[in-house]
Amino acid sequence: MTSHTTPLEYQSKQTQMNILGFWIFLGAEIVLFSTLFASYFVLEHNTASGPAGQDIFILKDVLIQTFILLTSSFTSGLAIHSMRNQDKRGLLIWMIVTLLLGAGFLYMEINEFIHYVHEGATIQTSGFTAALFTLLGTHGAHVTFGIIWISLLLVQLVRRGITVQTSSKLFIASLYWHFLDVVWIFIFTFVYLKGMVM
Amino acid sequence: MSLDEFFVTGDPLILASQIAIGLTMIGLIALITYLKRWKWLWNEWFTTVDHKKIGIMYILAGVLMFFRGGVDGLLMKAQTSRPELDILNAQHYDEIFTTHGVIMILFMAMPMLIGIMNVVIPLQIGARDVAFPKLNAFSFWTFFAGAMLFNLSFVIGGSPDAGWTSYFPLAGKEFTPGVGNNYYAVSLQIAGIGTLATGINFIVTIMKMRAPGLSWMKLPIFTWSTFITSIIIVAAFPILTIALLFMTLDRLFGTHFFTVAAGGDPMLWLNLFWLWGHPEVYIVVLPAFGMFSEVIATFSRKNLYGYKSMVFAVAGIAFLSMLVWVHHFYTMGNSAAVNSIFSLTTMMIAIPTGVKIFNWLFTMRKGRIEFSTAMLWSLAFIPCFTIGGVTGVMLAMAAADYQYHNTMFLVAHFHYVLIPGVVFAVFAALYYWWPKMFGFKLNEKIGKWHFWLFVIGFNMTFMPMFFVGLDGMSRRMYTYAESTGWGAWLGFSAVGSLVMAAGFAALCYNIYWSFRYASRNVGSDPWNARTLEWATASPAPHYNFAVVPQVEQLDDFWYKKKKGETGLKKKDLKPVHMPSNSWTPIVLAAAFGVVGFFLVFEWFTLAIVASIGIVIGLIANSFDYDDGYHIPVEELEKEEREWRGDLQ
Amino acid sequence: MNAMKKLIYALTLLLIPVLLAGCESKLLVFDPKGPIARSLTDLIVYSIIFMLVIVVVVFVLFGYIVWKYRARKDDGDFEPEEEKGNHLLEITWFTIPVLIVIALMIPTTKTIYEVEDVPQGYEEEEPLVIHVTSADWKWIFSYPDQDIETVNYINIPEDHPVQFKMTSAGTMQSFWVPELAGQKYTMANMQTNLYMVADQPGSYYGRNTSFNGRGYAHMEFEVQAQTREDFNKWVNDVKNTANELSEDTYSQILEPGVLGRMTFNGTHLDWIDHAHGGSEQYIDPEKYQLKHGEHDDIHQDIDEDREADSTEQDTESHEHDHEEMEHSDSETTDHSHH
Repeated sequence: MTSHTTPLEYQSKQTQMNILGFWIFLGAEIVLFSTLFASYFVLEHNTASGPAGQDIFILKDVLIQTFILLTSSFTSGLAIHSMRNQDKRGLLIWMIVTLLLGAGFLYMEINEFIHYVHEGATIQTSGFTAALFTLLGTHGAHVTFGIIWISLLLVQLVRRGITVQTSSKLFIASLYWHFLDVVWIFIFTFVYLKGMVM
Repeated sequence: MSLDEFFVTGDPLILASQIAIGLTMIGLIALITYLKRWKWLWNEWFTTVDHKKIGIMYILAGVLMFFRGGVDGLLMKAQTSRPELDILNAQHYDEIFTTHGVIMILFMAMPMLIGIMNVVIPLQIGARDVAFPKLNAFSFWTFFAGAMLFNLSFVIGGSPDAGWTSYFPLAGKEFTPGVGNNYYAVSLQIAGIGTLATGINFIVTIMKMRAPGLSWMKLPIFTWSTFITSIIIVAAFPILTIALLFMTLDRLFGTHFFTVAAGGDPMLWLNLFWLWGHPEVYIVVLPAFGMFSEVIATFSRKNLYGYKSMVFAVAGIAFLSMLVWVHHFYTMGNSAAVNSIFSLTTMMIAIPTGVKIFNWLFTMRKGRIEFSTAMLWSLAFIPCFTIGGVTGVMLAMAAADYQYHNTMFLVAHFHYVLIPGVVFAVFAALYYWWPKMFGFKLNEKIGKWHFWLFVIGFNMTFMPMFFVGLDGMSRRMYTYAESTGWGAWLGFSAVGSLVMAAGFAALCYNIYWSFRYASRNVGSDPWNARTLEWATASPAPHYNFAVVPQVEQLDDFWYKKKKGETGLKKKDLKPVHMPSNSWTPIVLAAAFGVVGFFLVFEWFTLAIVASIGIVIGLIANSFDYDDGYHIPVEELEKEEREWRGDLQ
Repeated sequence: MNAMKKLIYALTLLLIPVLLAGCESKLLVFDPKGPIARSLTDLIVYSIIFMLVIVVVVFVLFGYIVWKYRARKDDGDFEPEEEKGNHLLEITWFTIPVLIVIALMIPTTKTIYEVEDVPQGYEEEEPLVIHVTSADWKWIFSYPDQDIETVNYINIPEDHPVQFKMTSAGTMQSFWVPELAGQKYTMANMQTNLYMVADQPGSYYGRNTSFNGRGYAHMEFEVQAQTREDFNKWVNDVKNTANELSEDTYSQILEPGVLGRMTFNGTHLDWIDHAHGGSEQYIDPEKYQLKHGEHDDIHQDIDEDREADSTEQDTESHEHDHEEMEHSDSETTDHSHH
């Protein structure tokens, strides 16, 4: 059942199931974010007396955020590559870089929110702002959770080394991280770009 | 907030219940302490990860909630039994039909079905447990925390009062201030997390843990319907998560998702709610279809007719269930084209459902039908559900629905679908799988009492509702005028509800009687059944199968029995790996419950403090590398010898 | 023995749809009094025929199979043969429902389109427009062309199309007059449309079917169809006698509560149309607050003289109006069609 070509994280039945289970969980996450997007599209133009998207979005900052998150997705991929090569140091370093980039993204997002509030767009302003803050906020909450989660996994990695268990956990965490990146690409396109154009 | 706002006061009915609940709690705690059972409870039940015990806890919770929801129903029936009665005032009635709906669907039907799935599915596919036993325990305890929080509303703070559908704008803070609908938003969210986890758990279990040789088209039909149900859960529950999140934000943080003011859109709630709500109906009905299929095949002494078309029918129903949500609001001013399309998709559901009905009938044809209690429930299901089904087609026709929508006709219809479709199935399943859970049968004679009282009472209760509905009575009315002439119909209906209640009492008595007096000598396969769960001892040992069976065909166990190949060879015994108990699920769920309670009352500081409990639980869980333990061969041999004559 | 019981039980159930047909003339939905409701009733009766056939087929088959193949003492070791299924049969009972769905779908679609418009034969006539504003827990009807407003009742001319432009001042309601037309929701910030024609003079029961809080059960109204002359006379009477609707009275009316009937000169459309926003200024959560468990009086009083401008009012008309305002306790309409 396990040959030398099978990656470490797939080498026990339980970790195989964990990974499959996580894929299905990501399926549920897709439904979750689809619902958020659909709701956002419904409420997008309900700005009431508050500002609309193009009044508050700063495309330059969003572009930087996008760049940071895309890079972090790439570095998490490098981390998994190191893991496959049994390179604990490389794994650790690339994951830490990923986390730092994630933290940078969060920092910018928080600044963005503060900017919106200054512009008179709080979560309570209108249907539009409620949907916007909730969509961005849910993504941001996921990133925050991911940072804490991966930090804990790194502690386990340092303690235990690259084992079937730790490798499967880190692999799953990297799936999660890539997923957040994909969601962000949709946010970038359908919230910011669309909001600036329309 | 003053104390008399915190505790619900002033209503003698509620006061009596408060006292009763308080005394029962004290009594229970005293009893457990007196019997020195705390340690046992903690070790054997609260921290268990055994799918069978979790299933039993689900069922127990479901029976309790059935009682609560049933009392709500009886109170509603009492209040409307005569015109202009004053047993409940408008507010109290509104709360009661809201909690009745929520409890019956989410806290009765769901745990009953998930409980039975838990007990049966791993056994049916020859697995030692589910894929993620600890997550399974977490699912149960979050469900339980959600259910308890929801029930708390009725003594502390006030119950939700906007209907189980919680339509906005009514469910918004402007129209229903107070904490009632906060309870709805928060407790359903907590229970929903558990349900989603259950969905994922069963998908992986069925995909990855089937016994060798048990390929997809050899799966028992109940396993198939559970698998498809789990897929609907994963596809539908995140929508509820978001809808409830919006609701919580609207009510607690003053956002404008569904409000009348500032660009909110109440129609968004209706769409999101039913995008989840309609699939939810099939989440409860599909496993029930699977249970009937097993019972009907067993007691007709024949295999299931048209197995393949049954599988496709279930898959077809699941697919269509996602495409019909608009039929819940044909009257919202949709364009004629939209209403026509959704009429079509809705009616199309009748096609696979019809196929199933005929397959069941033809399973019995040329069979040898034995009228065990489990079979009686399955038989009564067919005519009763047919009535629910044809009235469903009538409701599906949008133009006709303009005359039925929100009337008692609708109420009658969905009770005719959900009670035969779910409750009968749960009863059939309880009688059928009871020996596998506990090692003895429920009494068949009391079972017949239970059956006849309940079925007759059910028809008496809900049949009149079709007629008052067609006569212009809308649902959720706490009173009506004498001149309407509905009094006679509803009086009859109220009597019927008492007969139904007597049926439920018979079930409770049956459980009590059978625990005390039923024969413990029923053997592993008391019904001469067909599927794998009957290949192991009753009650099933904690390791399920000493040796995982090798499967060759559909209904493999049936043919193995005939060939006398069900025996076990001592040399095949190997140590069995089992997961360890864990305290994290129950503690985590408790933390969720506490955070939820604080959120309901908008005590945000306390909620943040309590959510530290959740964080600690999650961290503890992440650092837990417990790899379980092994049961040695000697122990397996000893346990197997107790019930097997054929251990060689 | 049990099988026998089952059979009897199945037969009893069979009788029920027959009963249904027997009651037809009495139940409101089967007693249409206008072309729109009639086309709905026709569709319903058409569908019931199909459903009866299905029910009969399934019940008979069910009864027959359960009876014929019951286990008997003298069965001995008889063991039924296994059956895999039969493609032809399975295709049959797949095809038949498909045909039934098609047979139901065609008239359904036709009717859906039909009731969205002025009924056939009335296209030439200019419909009477009535704005419906539903509030907690009363119905407000505005006649913009006649410039009058009523609460909890509508008078309409017989044999003449009426167009309802419907909205809500807050929660969602559903407008339903079963004898004249199917229902439709009323929603704040939205306008929905409904057509209705009454064949003959008479009183018809109308109500809200969408639950919207404590006063919901009492949220009824009466549709009074009158001859053309009577209707015109009523309009004139109102114009001569009823009070002018003031903004203050209107906001009192919108407070949550159950009201009797009222009649006014002028309509609130002059200052607000709830279909286009602005309802929030009337919504006060305080008014919905309730101490749990206490008996809550949902009946409401309107004090039209709250503003000091009452001196200008004609005392005579005031008295008349007071009569109209008498609270008919819980019932605003006498629903006595039997």
